Amino acid sequence: MEITSFTPLSAAIGGALIGLAAVLLMALNGRIAGISGILAGIMAPLRGEGRADFSWCLAFIGGLVLAPLLAGLFRGEAIQISTPHPLWMMALGGVLVGYGTRLGSGCTSGHGVCGIARLSKRSLAATAMFMTTAIVTVFIVNQLLGF
Amino acid sequence: MRALSALIAGLIFGLGLTISGMINPAKIIAFLDVAGGWDPSLLVVMASALAVSFAGYRVALAREKPLFEQRFQLPGKTAIDRPLLVGSALFGAGWGLSGLCPGPAITAAALGDHEIYVFLAALLGGMLLKDGLRPGAPAAGRPA
Repeated sequence: MEITSFTPLSAAIGGALIGLAAVLLMALNGRIAGISGILAGIMAPLRGEGRADFSWCLAFIGGLVLAPLLAGLFRGEAIQISTPHPLWMMALGGVLVGYGTRLGSGCTSGHGVCGIARLSKRSLAATAMFMTTAIVTVFIVNQLLGF
Repeated sequence: MRALSALIAGLIFGLGLTISGMINPAKIIAFLDVAGGWDPSLLVVMASALAVSFAGYRVALAREKPLFEQRFQLPGKTAIDRPLLVGSALFGAGWGLSGLCPGPAITAAALGDHEIYVFLAALLGGMLLKDGLRPGAPAAGRPA
């Protein structure tokens, strides 16, 4: 198991930026910054729901993708990430995240940040649920199965 | 204008995810691994994001309408129903398996790790599995 260290300062700064972005999207465009919903907005034409949200959703996703490149430029070195679990878990995880966030109407951003900030009981329940099953899953995978 | 403002919001959101280390699956899994070498960083990220968005939403939603749109589009559902709970439970399991949720996965796409692309392809597949390819079907829920 890879050990990552507690980084409270960068976590607080990064969190504040996430909150700021959510507020901006609401104040300017009147939208919830829920990434699973925004991704679904890009795919809406596939569902025959029209392209009303296509361009702003694509622009938001474009901003996300540009961010680590910009951060890498400022830092002078590329951002490094690592994936501790095997590839099949990434694939299975992806399917569950895709299906689950559509069925549950949101993910970490839409429910965990924007929904709770609106004091939505639905989002609070969703967040409690996905936090619980995520912690149980990692307990099984890392502690019981020893990955 | 609304595409430009969305681009800027996305960029700031992505910078937040990058700076906080939340695009790193190892860091997410270390947060979820409460019985292992627990890394509480995600808790600080959420607390900070919530403090800013809670205060900022108060100001933003006090206005009559957003700057570039005619109205605020807020989720209307209030019932804690079965799809919400089952969907969130499945999402959490997938989050724990991969260490990724949609925002960090998309943000990390530019870094070129093939594991991220496998996750993203599966993510889109899972979304299609739920929403289907149904031209002419009724709307299947708003962005949340």
